[in-house]
Amino acid sequence: MNAELHELAESIFGDAASNDTGFDAGVWATLEETGLARLTLPGEAGGSEGTLEDAAVVLAAAGAHAARVPLVETDLLAGWLLHTAGVPLPDGPLTAVAGELDVEGTTVRGELRRVPWARAAAGVAVLTGTRVVLLDPAAVEITEGTNLAEEPRDTVTVDGAAAAVVEAPDGAAAELRLRAALGRALLLAGAARAALAASVRYAGERVQFGRQIGRFQAVQQQLALAAGEVAAASAAASAAARVAADAGFAAPSTRLAVAAAKSRTGEAAGAVARIAHQVHGAIGFTREHDLRLWTTRLWAWREEDGSDAEWNTELGTTALAAGPAGLWPLITG
Amino acid sequence: MTATTLHRLPDLVPPPTELPPRTAALRAEVRAFLAEEQEAGRWTPRADVWLSGWDERFSRELGRRGWLGMTIPEEYGGHGASALDRYVVTEELLAAGAPVAAHWIADRQIGPTLLRFGTEEQRQRFLPGIARGEVYFGIGMSEPDAGSDLAAVRTRAERVDGGWELTGTKVWTSGAHHAHAFFALARSAPRDEQHRHAGLSQFIVLLDSPGVQIRPIPLLTGAHHFNEVVFDRVFVPDDMVLGEIGAGWKQVTSELAFERSGPERFLSTFPLLVSMLGELAGSTGIEREIGGLVARLWTLRRMSLAVAGSLESGQAPELAAAVVKELGTRYENEVIDVARLLVATPPDPGAEGGFPRLLADAVLHAPGFTLRGGTNEVLRGIVARGLGLR
Repeated sequence: MNAELHELAESIFGDAASNDTGFDAGVWATLEETGLARLTLPGEAGGSEGTLEDAAVVLAAAGAHAARVPLVETDLLAGWLLHTAGVPLPDGPLTAVAGELDVEGTTVRGELRRVPWARAAAGVAVLTGTRVVLLDPAAVEITEGTNLAEEPRDTVTVDGAAAAVVEAPDGAAAELRLRAALGRALLLAGAARAALAASVRYAGERVQFGRQIGRFQAVQQQLALAAGEVAAASAAASAAARVAADAGFAAPSTRLAVAAAKSRTGEAAGAVARIAHQVHGAIGFTREHDLRLWTTRLWAWREEDGSDAEWNTELGTTALAAGPAGLWPLITG
Repeated sequence: MTATTLHRLPDLVPPPTELPPRTAALRAEVRAFLAEEQEAGRWTPRADVWLSGWDERFSRELGRRGWLGMTIPEEYGGHGASALDRYVVTEELLAAGAPVAAHWIADRQIGPTLLRFGTEEQRQRFLPGIARGEVYFGIGMSEPDAGSDLAAVRTRAERVDGGWELTGTKVWTSGAHHAHAFFALARSAPRDEQHRHAGLSQFIVLLDSPGVQIRPIPLLTGAHHFNEVVFDRVFVPDDMVLGEIGAGWKQVTSELAFERSGPERFLSTFPLLVSMLGELAGSTGIEREIGGLVARLWTLRRMSLAVAGSLESGQAPELAAAVVKELGTRYENEVIDVARLLVATPPDPGAEGGFPRLLADAVLHAPGFTLRGGTNEVLRGIVARGLGLR
C-alpha cells in the first residue's frame, strides 16, 4: 500500500498518545510542515493533493495514536466545504459542522452544538440550509464541552457578522455527512487496533496464577475475537475509502460503503473496548493507565457522525427498498 | 508512554481489492443464466447449497458454459481465468442458492491442488472432467479421532510392491456415495510425538477401488451428505500418490488457506436473508436489524475479496483467512437469529421452498457452519498464535 506515507504518519503520531487533553499544537505544527494537515485538498487551497486512500492511511494512524488534532475536520470537512464553496481557507486548524443558523446578508445568529475542536480552530465552517458560512472564532462565544474521551465538543453561539456567507454547492449536505462518517470510521479502526495491541502486550506481561495471562486459552479466545473485530473494522473503513476514492461521494456504492463502514466500526468499537478492559483488569479502569485513551475514543466516536442506530436504519431502509431481488446487486454494486 | 511499541500486530487483513471491471460482464451473464434456470423451475434456492445441493445436470451445465475449472489452464480443459473471475461466478451461485454441491469440492480444492502438487499424468486424467462438471471428488481428512486435529490421523499407508496399501476410516466425507475419487490423508510413517505433523501423506483414492466401503452418516435432518469411508488394505499405485510422501501436512494446510476465506463462509444463509426481505415487505421498525446484517455482510465480502486478491498475488494469508471464516460462519448463524426475531413464521422442513423451508434448512444445518474446515475455537487459536500469544 502506501508504505512511505504510513511510516511518515507513524513517526509523526508515534509519541502523540498521552494522558493530556486538549489540542496538541506540536503535532499539528508537524502535520502542517509535512503537508498532512491538508492532505486531500488541492494545491490552490494549500493542500497536498493526496487521495482518500492516502487519507485513510494517515487517519488510521491518528486514531491508533489517539492524536489530539482536528485532522478529519480540517482536511476532509471544513477544507473541502470551504474550497468547494469558493471561500478562501483560513490558515491553521479548522472545524466544520452542519446546523441551523438564521442568516441575513452576512449577519448570522444562532447556536451550534457539539462542534469538534471549536476552541482550537482558526475557522468554523458551517453548512446551514443552502448556505456555507465561515465563522471567525474571535467573533463568536464558545462554551466548552467534551465527548467521552475529553475531546472538545463545544457550543458555538454567534450573533453578528460572519467572515463569509456563500451559496452551498449542490449535494453538500449529503457529502459532508458521508465524509464525516468515513473519517470517523477510519479513526475508529485505528483506535480499535491500538486497543487490541495494548491488550496483547499486557497479556504477555501480566502474570496471574503463575503464568502470563496470555497463556490461558480463555484469554486467547477473547483476544482472537477482538482481533476479528479489528480486522473487520479495518477492512470496512479502508474498503469504504477505496470505494469513495474510485466512485466519488455521489455514487450509491459510496453511500452504502460508508454506511456499512461506520456501522461495522461502531460495532467493533464496543466489542474491542469491552475485551480490552476485561483483559487489563482493574488497572485499565483507572485514569493513570493509557488504555482509556483508546477505549473512551471508541465509545465516543461510535456515536459521532451517525451512530450505529442511524446508519443501520439507513442501510435497512435501503435494503428493504431494494427488496429480495435487489439485495445481492446492492451488496456487489 | 510507549505508543510506538504498540503496533507490532500482524496484518489481520490484506489491503482492499477491487474486482477488475471486466468481471461485470461475467457477473451479468451468470446472473441472467441463474434467473432463467429459476424461472424454468429447474431448482429451488436452498440454504447451505454447497453441502445440500447435489445436481449433476446443473454442474454439467456450468461446465458447458465455462464456469467450472475456470483457473485451470486450457491445456487441461480449463479456462485460464483469474481467481477473481472465479470468485465472481462462485459468489453469484451461492447468493442465488443454486445447487453446486456435486462439483464443489472438485472445483474449489481438487483442481488447484492437482495443479500445485499433482503429476502431469494426474492432471491430464482428472482436470478435464472436473472442468466439464462430470468428475466429482471428496476430501478424506477427518477421522473418528481426528477432526480439527489432523495430526491425529491414524489411517495407515503401508509400502507394498508398486504402491501403498491404505487401512483406516475416514468420516464426514461429503458426497462420497456419488463421487469418483477423493484425497485421503494417511500416515505413511510411524507417529513421532516430537513432530506430530511429520509422516503424513496424501493419496488419490478411486472410490470404486476394491476394499473401499462407503456407509452413510445421515445428518440430523436425515439427509445423506456425509459418509464413513472404510479402507481395508486398499491398494493405491505409486502414480496416485499426491505430491511428496511425508509432505501431506504442508500440502493440506496450504489447501486450507484457499478453503477458509471464500464466499461460502458467509453466504450459506444468504437465501434465507433474501427470503426474509420478501416476508418483511411493507413492515416498519425492523430497519435497524436488517441494516446491521447488511453492514456485516458488506464487510465480510470485502474481507473475503481482500484475501482472494492476496491469494491471487501469490501470498497465503493464513491468519486473515482464519479471521474471515470465524466471523463469516458466526454471521451465517446471526442471519437465522434475526430471521426468527423478525418473522413469526415457523420453520417447515416439508415445505417445497420459500421462507419456512429455508428457515428449517438453515436451522438444521447451522451446527455445521462453525465446525467444518476447523472449528471456531481452533481458528481463534490460530489467530492467537498469529498475535504471538502461543
